[in-house]
This record gives sequence, C-alpha cells and structure tokens, in this order.
Amino acid sequence: MDKRMTTADVVGALRDGMTIGFGGWGPRRKPMAIVREILRSPVKDLTVVAYGGPEVGMLCAAGKVRKLVFGFATLDAIPLEPYYRKAREAGELKELMELDEGMFQWGLRAAGMRLPFLPTRCGLATDVVKLNPELRTIRSPYDDGEVLIAMPALKLDVALLHVNVADRLGNTLVTGPDPYFDHLFARAADQCYVSAERVEERLQLDAAAARSNTFERYLVTGVVEAPFGAHPTSCPSDYGWDMSHFKRYAASAGEEGGWQAYVDEFVAGGEAAYQERNGGTERLAKLPLPVF
Amino acid sequence: MTDKVEFTLAELMIVAASEAWRGDGEVLASGLGVIPRLGASLAKLTHSEGLLMTDSEAFLVEEPIPLGPRGDYQPRYSGYMPFERVFECVWGGRRHAMVGPTQVDRWGQSNLSCVGDYAKPKSAMLGVRGLPGNSINHINSFFVPAHSKRVFVEGEVDMVSGVGFKPERWNEGERNDLMEIRIVVTDLCVMDFDGPSRAARVRSLHPGVSFGEVQEKTGFPLIAAPDLRETPHPTAAQLALIRRLDPHELRATAIKGNPPGIRPAA
Repeated sequence: MDKRMTTADVVGALRDGMTIGFGGWGPRRKPMAIVREILRSPVKDLTVVAYGGPEVGMLCAAGKVRKLVFGFATLDAIPLEPYYRKAREAGELKELMELDEGMFQWGLRAAGMRLPFLPTRCGLATDVVKLNPELRTIRSPYDDGEVLIAMPALKLDVALLHVNVADRLGNTLVTGPDPYFDHLFARAADQCYVSAERVEERLQLDAAAARSNTFERYLVTGVVEAPFGAHPTSCPSDYGWDMSHFKRYAASAGEEGGWQAYVDEFVAGGEAAYQERNGGTERLAKLPLPVF
Repeated sequence: MTDKVEFTLAELMIVAASEAWRGDGEVLASGLGVIPRLGASLAKLTHSEGLLMTDSEAFLVEEPIPLGPRGDYQPRYSGYMPFERVFECVWGGRRHAMVGPTQVDRWGQSNLSCVGDYAKPKSAMLGVRGLPGNSINHINSFFVPAHSKRVFVEGEVDMVSGVGFKPERWNEGERNDLMEIRIVVTDLCVMDFDGPSRAARVRSLHPGVSFGEVQEKTGFPLIAAPDLRETPHPTAAQLALIRRLDPHELRATAIKGNPPGIRPAA
C-alpha cells in the first residue's frame, strides 16, 4: 500500500462544483501548496468550507468560489483577510453560509458520524438563522421541550489538510500544540488528501509521539510530501507564519492588477520557484513561531 | 491621601475591565485584545485567583503570561486547552469572555460580521466567529476603545452576531437564561444592561467625562445607575502588576493618542 502522490495528482482528482474543506485555522497550518496547485488549475465553482485564512482569500481572488461556508476569514496579525474582504465588499460572493465556529465543527461532526444533523443552541436569536434559511430548528422530544438548531451535516467531497509528518500508508502526525479540527474534516469527507512536511516510509513511534496522530489512516486517500507546504501560514512545531509575505499579499489587494501580479510572482512558477522567491528554504525553516 | 498616582486612560480601563470577572469563581477568563487580556490577567492576580487562563494558544497557565515577545520568560503550563476543548468549555457555560465587537445595540446584541447591507457590505469584517455560541452559552463583556454612535448604533446592529435581550429575536422554547452580558468598558465609561427591561445603564464615568457626553456619543437612550460614580483609579499596586504583565507597553497603543487617565472635563 502506497498513498504517496503529488499536488498535481490531488488537484487532478478535483472536479468543478465540488465541496472542499480546508483544514487548519485562519493563518495556521493551511494546505497552501495544494491551494497554489488549485490556483494553477482550471478547477472552478467550488464550495469552500473552512475556518478561513489566506486560502479563502486566494480562491476568492481567483474566482473559484461559488459558495463559502465559514465562520470567519482572517490572517490574525492582519485581522481582515484582504481578498475575502474585497470579494465581499464587491458583492461577488453570492452564496454564503456564515456560521458560528462551534456550529461549524458540529456540522463536520454530524457528517463524520453519518448523522443528518446535530442539535445546538448556537446561532439561535442571531442573524445566522435569518441569513441561512436552510437551517431548521428541532424541538426536544423530552419533557424540557427546548427548541434547538438542527445543524445539518457539512458533508465534504474532499478534505485538504497539511500536517507535519505522514507515512506512505497515510498515517499522520500533528506536532504543533493544537490539532484544530483537521480530524473532523477528514471524517466529513469522501476523500481526504494530506500534504506533509515530511513523508516517511513507515512511522514507528513511541507512545508519547503516537498521541500526535489525530485521525486514522483509513480516512486518508493520499499523502503528498510538501516541505513548507503551509507557507505563508504557520506549521508549528516546524515554522511560524511569514509576516512579511502576508504584508505583501495584503498590500497587493489594494493595488491595480495586484492579484495577477501576486500570481505571476508567487504562484505561476511552481513550488520550487515559490520557495526561492520567499528567500529559500533556509529562510523558511527559520520563520519564528508566533507568540500569542 | 498623599501619594498621587499617575495613570493613563488605558490603565484605568484595564482596572475597570478586571472588575468584569470579579466573583466569577472557576471559569475560563478570555480577554481578547490588549486591554481585555490585561484586565483578565489583573483579575486573576488580585481579586479572582480561581480564574482559568490560557497562553492564548492551546495551554492553560496559572500565572498569566506577559504580553508580547517573551525574552527569557518560560511559560509554565498547568493543562491543555486546544480550540476543540474551548468549544466544550463554551457550551458548558464555564467561561467569561471580553470581546470587542464592531457594533453594539440597545439590546446588547453585537456584530463582528459586516457593516452595511449583508449581500454587499460597506465593510466586511471578521465574520461571526464564535460570537453566536459564546453569547448564548456564557457570560460576555464588551470592550469598546472609541465610544461613538458608530459602535453604539441607533437601531439594531447590521448583522446580529451575538445574542441580546431583544424579545422579538427569541422564539418560544429557546433558552435565553444561559446568557449574560456583564459590563461594557469604553474609553468614556463603564456600562451594563441592568436597567429596567435590561436597558443600558452607565455605571461609572471615567475622570473628566460627563453623562451628557456619553449620551451624546451613544445611539440609544442611556440611564444613569442609581450609584453612578467615577470609575475607580488604578492603585500603585495595580499599576505595578500591569507593568509586569505588559513589559513592552502594548497598552500605550491600545487607545488612540494614549491619553492620560484624568482628562480635563470637556
């Protein structure tokens, strides 16, 4: 069994109109090497499901987003994701499902457990229910009779994740402090592709290290070795986010032809050129972990 | 009193913010932003040692971590609190967060999503984030660095992201008894929603600020709390703790112009 493949293989498996979930959180541990491959591809009309960071902005800028299912879009240190903001303010994102962060993971959980919905109080009495008329409520069948939102399963055609370590069987490790919700994305998806800083032949770990495995390999369709594949987002414990790149990316959103210039400079040439234009692997390896 | 203590408005607001958590016992205190975080840290170090706090990433700490670059400071962890566990904490109600919404209305409803028309907003912001779930499940307080009618809007907030006390927003069978809005700390005053029918009240005015000025800069009617007073000044001991918690003086950039705590009356 060998699940190794390339980013091009992953994107080759994508189809127009698919619902794609992106792991990570904001500017943290996003599968950016795969995102850049999507940007180079003709794939379009995607439903993007994410705790949004630059992948949301970039896919919006490239006109690949038909629908966005999200709780936020941010670069943290730059609070407002520049291209998400631009697309929203231009009225370009016609289909939006804006959800509470907790409802979002609840929907992924429902999908992973093959349930049609899970009940929650979150979202009631806010515009989340008003703006998402597809959300329905359910009354508790017990004596309390409480009315709750029936958060529908957020089923994904594909989940795209980035982790620190994988092996060719599809075992994965997240060595940073927070696994975020990658495991729920993996469970919610029909196919799950994972890029990793390092892909080993076979993981043979001690008990403490094995606890960094957050989902089972049977959920993983393919693994891609993509060193610095989360850049410009962070990939703790390996490297931090690249603030100077984020600043440049954010500035481009305010410039005439800025997105095309960004694509020409950073996306079009492929991963090796990308790393070179960001100062080379030696610099990337030294990007400091953010301090919160 | 002979020892006159000088302090900035930011420091006054940090002390006012710390009061939000008084009496909360063992809950997760989340202060989002420089002043709320310093307020929560100060609360834990002074009157509310039972509070739980994190390193703002994924670990619990018993000693609040100073803001900014840490130098030789090594955090010591007492537990683990990744985002997934934060949701479990939120849904269980054992948390009190202080957040800075873009808009707040007379019903205590808050907005973090966008300003203007939802389909084509004048300003797209973060998105609702965790506000719907936080606001309906646990205690929340607000921090507003620039008190104005742009924040405290006349009508309803443009996108209701956090729940409030507007009866029409709640349908039969929905539980609104698990939510609570504690206080609102602004650069002018401290407010709450403890007036009749949960109306907004001014509890204390910062030095040099009049009730009239606060009302003029608020889009909805305010009432004065019966014991309306001046916001307490920081003590020398509190200021020493604040300096320790904020060695890089990030608080100096939290309020525009970093004004002194005692401003001449307008």
